[in-house]
Amino acid sequence: MSELTAWERQLLIREKDRPTVNDYIPLIFSEFYELHGDRLYGDDNAIMGGIASINNIPVTVIAEVKGRDLNENKRTNFAMPHPEGYRKALRLAKQAEKFHRPVICFIDTPGAFCGVEAEERGQGEAIAKNLMEFMRLRTPVISVVLGEGGSGGALALGVCDELAMLENALYSVISPRGCASILWKDAGKEHEACEMLKITAEDMVRLGVAEEIIEEPNGKAQHDVYKMAENIKSFLVKTLRRNSKKDIDILLEQRYTKFRKIGEFTE
Amino acid sequence: MLEDLFKVVTTRFNGDGSDGKTGTSNKIPEDLLFKCPRCRNVIFKDDYKAVNMVCQNCGYHGRLSARERIAITVDRGSFKEFDKNMTSKNPIDFPDYDEKQQALREKTGLKDAIITGEALIRGIPVVIGVMDTRYMMASMGSVVGEKITRAIETATKKKKPVILFSASGGARMQEGIVSLMQMAKTSGAVAKHAEAGQLYITVLTDPTTGGVTASFASLGDIIIAEPKALVGFAGRRVIEGTIKQRLPDDFQLAEFLLEKGFVDMIVERKKMRSVLSHVMKLHGYKKEDD
Repeated sequence: MSELTAWERQLLIREKDRPTVNDYIPLIFSEFYELHGDRLYGDDNAIMGGIASINNIPVTVIAEVKGRDLNENKRTNFAMPHPEGYRKALRLAKQAEKFHRPVICFIDTPGAFCGVEAEERGQGEAIAKNLMEFMRLRTPVISVVLGEGGSGGALALGVCDELAMLENALYSVISPRGCASILWKDAGKEHEACEMLKITAEDMVRLGVAEEIIEEPNGKAQHDVYKMAENIKSFLVKTLRRNSKKDIDILLEQRYTKFRKIGEFTE
Repeated sequence: MLEDLFKVVTTRFNGDGSDGKTGTSNKIPEDLLFKCPRCRNVIFKDDYKAVNMVCQNCGYHGRLSARERIAITVDRGSFKEFDKNMTSKNPIDFPDYDEKQQALREKTGLKDAIITGEALIRGIPVVIGVMDTRYMMASMGSVVGEKITRAIETATKKKKPVILFSASGGARMQEGIVSLMQMAKTSGAVAKHAEAGQLYITVLTDPTTGGVTASFASLGDIIIAEPKALVGFAGRRVIEGTIKQRLPDDFQLAEFLLEKGFVDMIVERKKMRSVLSHVMKLHGYKKEDD
């Protein structure tokens, strides 16, 4: 269990040598064919999707892609998807449903892109549609937060049967920076907001958002990408086995209930 | 005295967009006036209220409280409220959240940012929800999420249409990840209502943004918007910060969304009841006594 503060984890997951989904895919899956485009507008490199094999089980993989250097980041828009990225994700998820393949989502984004074109092409609608359609997708969906789980942009790949957080991964409704600038008109206080927002893996388990925390080797994925990939793989194999056995209607009811019960109120 | 009267006259008849308050000796208290956020025309608040908060100069449909909205939308005396006393806890112990809510409850008479219930619209039974921006900018936390979900579930069970009037700053930061999850929860309830073959209409009112745009508000079978309502995912200032230039005035307004294909129709407030009841009829919903 990590003993770092939320802020220390925030710094850690921003380190340049933090492995990305591009490092993990060849180590977790024996085959991977990338599939491109949303069939409506274009191909968004911030979200990568494809078909793959894990322990001889065919699966669909959908992932937000952080770059490992400036060039990669330019290509993937720093993992901030446009609507066509979310629509590609949905297309591939529906394809997976058709062929009874489980869906594995890797979440790693500062958030959905905020820009003129994203608005013109319906960023809100694209995310909303994913939430609704993933909720009733008739195949198991497993999600893993690799680093940053930035708000609606993360949740668009996060409606699933089971969610795991890497030990240092964070998941938040708003960037700590955004929170600080709203609360104190001072984005520089993001480290304070970081602690206040309760965004760590342990917080996610406590609040019913995540089911599992995947250990990082010696407290840091960047220490040993092979071991990290192995840990992710064993979580995936275990949960795929568990969820694929379930009757699909029961699985869907459980998925609905997982989100249905989140909320704290009195009457 | 005479000077004051003169100020009133210039303010009321200022057609050039200026607010008539350029001098320092203006004696009209600010809270008596309404300045249209779209055309910047200034009128007396009482006059603005008399026309259901519609700017007579540019057609902007301003914000109504949830109670006002219900009053002009449903048949008189037909509204039965659901979950009247639901209040939010403080799931992530956010500093000052409880106090802030307490103060707002006293000020607005609301328990949270939405009122839900069942009612009749021109005799047709409907489940309705209306958000209220006076309460933390109608952000969605546990109570908004739960009340919407329950309302939709009730409609699914009773085979009724759902009409949600959205207005929101987005997910409620003070409830952290719990508020983000309300987006998934409400969208899931919409999915079940859809599978039961029931009609879901969303009416986007000023302003509908963030996590509400990115969940139930964008999922209507029919999406209606009020004229000049601001509707979008990202905040205007956030985008301007990214692109380092000012956005055009009509960016993210209802008319912009219509042009881009994300809204079915723009409906004026005075025609809303009529449009809603006709659309429901076309989907086979009947008056209660038929």
